[in-house]
Amino acid sequence: MSAAVGKWAALVHRVSGILLSLFLPLHFYTLGSALHGPAAFEAQLAWTQQPLVKLGEWGIVLLLAAHLGGGLRVLALEFLPWRDWQKGLAAAAAAGAVAIGLAFALAL
Amino acid sequence: MNAKTQTILWVAQRASAAVLALCVVVHLATMIYAVRGGLTAAEVLARTQGNPWWFGFYTVFVLAVSLHAPIGLRAIFLEWLRWRGASRDIAAAAFGLLLLWMGMRAVLGVFR
Repeated sequence: MSAAVGKWAALVHRVSGILLSLFLPLHFYTLGSALHGPAAFEAQLAWTQQPLVKLGEWGIVLLLAAHLGGGLRVLALEFLPWRDWQKGLAAAAAAGAVAIGLAFALAL
Repeated sequence: MNAKTQTILWVAQRASAAVLALCVVVHLATMIYAVRGGLTAAEVLARTQGNPWWFGFYTVFVLAVSLHAPIGLRAIFLEWLRWRGASRDIAAAAFGLLLLWMGMRAVLGVFR
């Protein structure tokens, strides 16, 4: 695995981590509306049915898949006695598979 | 910050990452299943209300992310912003507590 690939993987991991951190309070706020009853929760979910919000959700799912793949890569690098190229390949395959699978499933 | 604390944060970050890897896979699978045919409050609540397994799962998920996200952000603060010192630790800890509070509020919201 080249240094450039590792650098990109680290950058994607950091950026996706930051964006997911920003998303989480919004996500929890929406779910927390259920404390005010099913109607309040339903109203929050209705807001999420807008096309742009759905597009954003799809982006968040991809970020989550990318962060998962990148995180598994880091754990493999640190804890598994594999050669570098195998680790990169494994993580890329896992992340790619998850991302493609999700993109497909969410498009259904 | 001393070396021992750094080590504890490193271990907490990796341990929470391992827990989160499992949680995220379950979460993604549930989402893919749940969004088919549109997402409704009634569907979500029917799955989660009064269910101790989902309550336990999401509690573990929230605890793990409340540790993982602030430790990661704290490292990025240093690397990208050159932010050092106690204020960086306090900001990261405050964000962790915010996630814990809002996350557990969400878990309770869909459980009770």
